[in-house]
Amino acid sequence: MTDVEAAARQVMGWGESARRPGRDPVNLPMVRNWLEALGDASSAYAEEAPPAMAQVWTMGGLHHTRADDDPLGAMLAVLDEAGYTSIVATDCEQTYHRYLRYGEEVALAARLESVVGPKRTALGEGWFVTTRNIWYVGDEPVAEMMFRVLKFAPAPAEPPVEPLIRPVVNRDTAYFWEGTARGELRIQRCEACGELRHPPGPMCPSCNETKPGWLVASGLGEVYSYVVHHHPPVPGRTLPFVVALVELDEGVRLMAELDAPPDEVHIGLPVRIAFAAVDDELTMPVWRRR
Amino acid sequence: MITVGEELPPLSIDVTPTFVVSTALATRDFQDVHHDRDLAVQRGSKDIFLNILTDTGLVQRFVTDWAGPAVRVKKIAIRLGVPCYAYETLTFTGQVTEHDGNEYVVSVAGRNSLGDHVTGTVRIEVP
Repeated sequence: MTDVEAAARQVMGWGESARRPGRDPVNLPMVRNWLEALGDASSAYAEEAPPAMAQVWTMGGLHHTRADDDPLGAMLAVLDEAGYTSIVATDCEQTYHRYLRYGEEVALAARLESVVGPKRTALGEGWFVTTRNIWYVGDEPVAEMMFRVLKFAPAPAEPPVEPLIRPVVNRDTAYFWEGTARGELRIQRCEACGELRHPPGPMCPSCNETKPGWLVASGLGEVYSYVVHHHPPVPGRTLPFVVALVELDEGVRLMAELDAPPDEVHIGLPVRIAFAAVDDELTMPVWRRR
Repeated sequence: MITVGEELPPLSIDVTPTFVVSTALATRDFQDVHHDRDLAVQRGSKDIFLNILTDTGLVQRFVTDWAGPAVRVKKIAIRLGVPCYAYETLTFTGQVTEHDGNEYVVSVAGRNSLGDHVTGTVRIEVP
């Protein structure tokens, strides 16, 4: 038997709690407030109160504290202690043996009916706690309520799926990404004047011609400059990581992640290009030491 | 004359913050999540929301609006679903599902934009 089950057995053994009287007798002003708030225009309540108000007469009020022998309070404390800290009500069944007349004094007693669990639920693992309230006028039971709550340990939130930041592929840059997918580092070359350029663009900054072509670079170069990225977090990356601007042997510079511990990176570090397949559609260039 | 299968006229409640607060207080329920939006949000709710005593009261109203003042309500059994936050519209629909002597069972659902807020049955006795 678990601790929770042992505690439940004990609280069930208490049987019915002492009867706690309502603050006021069943009265017309409270009924009229209730009808007004709920928008209920029924004419049925001139002599008797609405049956659905049964619980209202014994509500604890603004400064309510639970009695020591209140079985729900006792069981909730046990479950709080056991780590089931959240609560949601699941069922409420009220049975009215008769309607209440104005002037009647109502008192409430309660007992623990069952504690069932631990159950796996959509909200987390928890216990269903069922109590029964019985309202009395004198010794006559006039209404009853089965009330069930789920007392649960909130399931840890699923880590959000991190969207990968994807490079924008367009007509100017498609050749580059098609290259990385094939294990080639392609550098744009003006078909008019032969000038190499990176990053890609539609027009040659040297001769202003719009005839871009490309060549496959050796993939060898040296670190021209670099940063160590500590913050903010980047999806799919473990911090810190190095981003290096590398001057290729061909003369242009290309920025990519440098796969090396930050304290081993320096300007002039010889590197070569490698390719990291992210998924079927994307392969990223990455620098490695050589 | 009530017949099994008969549908009740739907009832739509405009659940304004005033409605949530005034019904909570009229049922003597002073829990902060029913009247203090800041605390309700702090506790993980979107807004203040209806309390259970009001749900029971609204289910009773829905059935007695249709059945009239002479019927006696014997039992209200509700299952609680999604919360009903301020600014929701709560719409009750119902149907007579059982008949036994002069007692009838009405099956009831109260839905809002999030789904089923309350579902259950009401047993009534007609004179």
